[in-house]
Amino acid sequence: MLSRIYAIFRARNLEFVRDRGTLAWNIALPIALMFGLAVIFGAEGRNEFTIGVVQIPKAAEAVEHPFFDTRYMRFVPVADVDSGMRKVSRHQLDLLVDFGAQPRYWINPDSSKGYFAEMALLRAVDLAGDTVAKAQIHGQAIRYVDWVLPGILGMNMMFSALFGVGYVIVRYRKNGFLKRLRATPLTALEFITAQIASRLILIMAITTLVFLGTKYLLGTPMEGSYATLFLIAIVGTVAMISMGLIVAARVTSEELAGGLVNVITWPMMLMSGVWFSLEGAGEFVQGAAKLFPLTHILDSARAVMLDGATLYDVAPSLIALSVMSAVFLGIGATTFRWRAA
Amino acid sequence: MNHWLDTAAAAMVARPETHWWSRGPFATLAILVAKRSSPMSIALEARDLVKFYPGVRAVDGVSFAVHEGSCFGLLGPNGAGKTTTVEIIEGVTPATSGAVFYFGRPAGTEFREEAGIQFQNTALQDFLTVRETLEMFQKLYDRQADLARIIAECSLEDLLDRDNRKLSGGQRQRLMLAVALVNRPRLVFLDEPTTGLDPQARRNFWDLVRRIQADGTTIVLTTHYMDEAHILCDEIAIMDRGKLIAQGNPDSLLEARYKGLVIELPIEDVPHDLNGIQHRRIDRLGIVEISSNDVTRSLAELTAAAADLNRVKIRQPNLEDLFLDLTGHTLRA
Repeated sequence: MLSRIYAIFRARNLEFVRDRGTLAWNIALPIALMFGLAVIFGAEGRNEFTIGVVQIPKAAEAVEHPFFDTRYMRFVPVADVDSGMRKVSRHQLDLLVDFGAQPRYWINPDSSKGYFAEMALLRAVDLAGDTVAKAQIHGQAIRYVDWVLPGILGMNMMFSALFGVGYVIVRYRKNGFLKRLRATPLTALEFITAQIASRLILIMAITTLVFLGTKYLLGTPMEGSYATLFLIAIVGTVAMISMGLIVAARVTSEELAGGLVNVITWPMMLMSGVWFSLEGAGEFVQGAAKLFPLTHILDSARAVMLDGATLYDVAPSLIALSVMSAVFLGIGATTFRWRAA
Repeated sequence: MNHWLDTAAAAMVARPETHWWSRGPFATLAILVAKRSSPMSIALEARDLVKFYPGVRAVDGVSFAVHEGSCFGLLGPNGAGKTTTVEIIEGVTPATSGAVFYFGRPAGTEFREEAGIQFQNTALQDFLTVRETLEMFQKLYDRQADLARIIAECSLEDLLDRDNRKLSGGQRQRLMLAVALVNRPRLVFLDEPTTGLDPQARRNFWDLVRRIQADGTTIVLTTHYMDEAHILCDEIAIMDRGKLIAQGNPDSLLEARYKGLVIELPIEDVPHDLNGIQHRRIDRLGIVEISSNDVTRSLAELTAAAADLNRVKIRQPNLEDLFLDLTGHTLRA
């Protein structure tokens, strides 16, 4: 059994690394994106002010305060003061405000946008005839490129997993290679295991290479453990590949497979927080995003890289990814078909 | 004496690679001994195979048995159901009904391990060399042949480092045959193996098939080339429209049906009224055929009927004639 899995695994690896165009694309795309974004956005990735609001009843607009009428401000709810303060320290929020019984606000004196947000707040408070207490939080800014790095790596993993497994197996089925394998003692489980192992190793190698290169050249911070981040990448990649296997299980047309992969990847691109945070999005969108493996990968990777989250902190995401992998694999393996018709 | 021959033949058929007499000039002799001295066992049996596609009965109650060590030919025109029948047997296409037995047991794991298959059209993995392709397929089996010997037999020595995508048609067919042999199969399926090959490549391929059979391997060949079947097969079954319409040894089938020769004339050389001479016009091929037990008399009758005999051909009846008589249409596409 292991000999058969290794034979398919090795052949697939050779096919991938000798396909220079695909290999170059897999490595070049995330690097090009990272450097492009670094040039375009530099340290400031956001062009509007983001204000965290603590203890709002449902939505920021529900509290009547002239500050919420300020233009060019995006108000995002913050579950508790601690998480809000951490984001202010990281420059992810320009200002944190609490209009509770004792109105307060927090600001990072190193943030230029925080300075202007404070001016707008004080003017609004003055207009309302209120008073508000000030607190300062210190901390290094997180640049947009630091924040978006896990997003781009995750996106690359997603495309590589879905196209590299889903699309390729459909091609094998269409051109009869799967039918030829069917006539050997190879089982569906062995074939699928080899495909997962091959793609997992290739994705991990490329992702690690790009991560280390980007970190070295752009000085991306790493607050948590590399081992935890590596584990997230492995579990997340398996979930993505398993998702690709569902596409690959029965489809016989490469065009349909391409369409299905796009249907799966685009919502994840938009809703899993690849390019921007979902903090200001509605509850439905945030809830739906939790159904996507990419959301769990990015949330937990950012938590480890930017906030120093531990394995215990990201365990819920790892469990969610593992459950998704099991479900996707179960569906993929039971519905797998060798031949085209 | 007979006991010794039987034992040797049975041992050779069971494990041909381990015996010196299974190679070289001894091979053919050993096969003949095996065939003569021991009642051959049934290597493969198809029982009442049926395959329906929407609106089509692709295979309609097909049954046959293949003796161990023989070459069995499944013949028929394109679309007759040959490939579907063979793919049901190979386990890659599910049958609507029917059963397949391998050495008396339902075909299963043992069959997959011991059968070698050359499909009519198979893509190979891109970016792999001939050597890597052979090694990959070999590792899928517990039974493994001596790869160097297969490479030599299939004349692939000079192609080992070549990318699969850069092989010619004949080279590719040789590789596909080698892939079918990597597990030292007891039973090999060859599906239209010489389609698209030039005459020289076809003849080389036939030699290769003969050598494989000389090793004691049972061969199931599907083809629409009648000459190929006649040369290679010990037994044939002719299929048309999903059914078997004749089965047996090629020479025996022809001898049972035809006693004489066939006279062929171009249509334009034959008058419409042949004075009662029994004949068959094949307009598509532009010929008139006359079966005759007495060629001298038939030619005299044709002369009397004002036929032009300058382009006459006289030949033995062949499987194509048999097929034509059985079905009313020709095999030649």
